[in-house]
Amino acid sequence: MSEKTAGYLDMELLRFTTAGSVDDGKSTLIGRLLYDSKAIFEDQMEAIEISSKKRGDEEVDLALLTDGLRAEREQGITIDVAYRYFATPKRKFIIADTPGHIQYTRNMVTGASTANAALILVDARNGVIEQTLRHSYIANLLQIPHLIVCINKMDLVDYSQETYDKIKADYQKNIVDKLNIKDVCFIPISAKLGDNVVDASTKMDWYSGTPLLDLLENIKIVDDRNHGDSRLPVQYVIRPQSDEFHDYRGYAGRVASGVFHPGDKVRVLPSGIETTIEAIDSFTGEQEVAFTPQSVTLRLSDNIDISRGDMIVDANNVPNVGQEFEAMLCWMNERAMMPRGKYTIKHTTNETRCMIRDVKFKVNVDTLDEVADDKLVGLNDIACVSFKAAKPLFFDSYKKNRLTGSFILIDEGTNETVAAGMIL
Amino acid sequence: MKEYNINHLRELEAESIFVIREVAAQFENPVMLFSGGKDSIIMFHLARKAFAPAKVPFAMMHIDTGHNFPETIEFRDMLMEKTGTRIIIRYVQDSIDQGKVTEETGFNASRNKLQTVTLLDGIEDLKVDCAMGGGRRDEEKARAKERFFSHRDEFGQWDPKNQRPELWNLFNGKKHMGEHFRVFPISNWTEMDVWQYIYLENIEIPNLYFSHEREVFQRNGTLLAKSDCIPMRPGEKTEKRIVRFRTIGDATCTGAVESKAHSLEEIIEEVAATRTTERGTRADDKRSEAAMEDRKKEGYF
Ligand SMILES: Nc1nc2c(ncn2[C@@H]2O[C@H](COP(=O)(O)OP(=O)(O)O)[C@@H](O)[C@H]2O)c(=O)[nH]1
Ligand SMILES: [Mg+2]
Repeated sequence: MSEKTAGYLDMELLRFTTAGSVDDGKSTLIGRLLYDSKAIFEDQMEAIEISSKKRGDEEVDLALLTDGLRAEREQGITIDVAYRYFATPKRKFIIADTPGHIQYTRNMVTGASTANAALILVDARNGVIEQTLRHSYIANLLQIPHLIVCINKMDLVDYSQETYDKIKADYQKNIVDKLNIKDVCFIPISAKLGDNVVDASTKMDWYSGTPLLDLLENIKIVDDRNHGDSRLPVQYVIRPQSDEFHDYRGYAGRVASGVFHPGDKVRVLPSGIETTIEAIDSFTGEQEVAFTPQSVTLRLSDNIDISRGDMIVDANNVPNVGQEFEAMLCWMNERAMMPRGKYTIKHTTNETRCMIRDVKFKVNVDTLDEVADDKLVGLNDIACVSFKAAKPLFFDSYKKNRLTGSFILIDEGTNETVAAGMIL
Repeated sequence: MKEYNINHLRELEAESIFVIREVAAQFENPVMLFSGGKDSIIMFHLARKAFAPAKVPFAMMHIDTGHNFPETIEFRDMLMEKTGTRIIIRYVQDSIDQGKVTEETGFNASRNKLQTVTLLDGIEDLKVDCAMGGGRRDEEKARAKERFFSHRDEFGQWDPKNQRPELWNLFNGKKHMGEHFRVFPISNWTEMDVWQYIYLENIEIPNLYFSHEREVFQRNGTLLAKSDCIPMRPGEKTEKRIVRFRTIGDATCTGAVESKAHSLEEIIEEVAATRTTERGTRADDKRSEAAMEDRKKEGYF
């Protein structure tokens, strides 16, 4: 195998999302990243050159690379989460391009749920605005481990260090300190002209940091995963109906967190029965270790009745088991939440019904104030809600564990996904 | 602490296996669409991995346009037999004979669009509640917004403005009677990822993907293979060239590229250096910029 081919096989995957108000330059920035990292093909470029001309634009609008659906092209806005891909020799990137309209909080939450990093865009001419706070709050609520604040359109403020410093200080004081954000960094860029996106800018010598792509290539993500609390939600029970594997029972699932080895003592929930891992099976044979985010099949030493929705966990480190819990909820449907309403809840591979017990408070996302007396939770609202489920769930707090701490609510009449929840 | 690193291909693999297992758990009668192309081949490979040592617990389904490269059909039959997998084949020709669709005429005639009707009929007749497809989001702009679990109404249509939000790895496959789902387990893979994975896992693929000599002719900047199902225009001349295919779809609209790549390594290096998308070799997407979006809304793959 050539060295080049070997290199392609050894890259890490980084998922990131973009957030900013309309026209802050999200689509342009993504277009620029794709273009400068040579992920744009000639035929795609040709197509957008033609579209730009048709609209009478003088220059090629890189935003057209990502504004996919016809309605968006016609109205010139991004209306739904789109996923984009590019790779460098170090990493493969998945971008969730989320729109910035006020009414589209749900899209940002969606894009943020799987992201390792978030790019928060600020227009250098406007500085930190209400929506910057809102976007940063959501990124933090969803526990995106790394925030990168991109101060964009520096070309329109003469690449002024003073403007940049002021915005940075403002963000630090009004957002970082308020939200207690742990990992944040700042970059002055021009998405349109490419300054500090892939290549270092020649116009901002005062900036000593690296360009954005460099940062994205080097953020350490492996430590963001929870390798401590071993949890495997059982997804599917494998029982081959063949003579060769007559008594085989494998518990298939994706490791939500932690690490499993053959011989490890585990507990099965909800029964609470303790057993050991006999083997970790894969297509090509047994493996010595299973860790998040691998999809594996576990075999256990004892014959226990286990089905989808059960959870295999470290015998000495079990999650909460209970029917009552509180969570931060983002409402995602036009139909408002029904007070004391009943919904289907999907949590890990488990599914049951649940009832809304109470709205503790709603969050005013512009001021971050907690509003206690407003109980009406509608589209794009974020609220702290208490629940009772019809059967016990096995959960950790979202802060500790993004996969065993998250759930969705489904409307039993329309089958739509109406809310996303993060357990407190 | 030890580092538990995972490379991008293994992470994509884990995600796809998770999605395929979700389908088996959430639906009663799912099928996996299989065209004989590389995307459906790796999807099938992932399905085998997902359920080993048991067999894949659902059938494959091929929507046969009748405009095939013989190599694709031979490969399909060989693979299904070798792995002991059940495959359902539905023919576009049957839909034409039953008068459900009218064959396009003219020089650019293609059965690509007709497939939708045959597919939706198959889904309805066999009471399929979920059809997995090998669509990838990097293929085309309209696909970039497709969910893993994509809801279709009772007419099989996609409503891009009313998609269910998809968060974490929680997939909502709930539906009413008569509705179904399309699920795309390899949504997050790119062309490059697919090739790297084929290489990494040593997966067998039809030899059409490798460089070979073939009679081809030029049309609208695309190199088409000489075949009984493509009528030639006056003035079009075939010639022998060294080519390979980047996608294997309907023979009438799948373009070949000139290439000397004989091995997977050479293909990977070629893909890394290529400056057009693989869909750039498909004449059906060139019809208009919104072509794919229109076909998807009607229920295309
Ligand atoms: N001068 C300048 N204009 C920019 C820059 N970034 C984006 N724009 C322009 O701002 C407008 C909105 O950009 P777009 O990417 O569509 O914003 P989005 O709504 O956040 O996706 C477009 O006209 C872009 O050309 C920049 O760095 N400098
Ligand atoms: Mg945009």
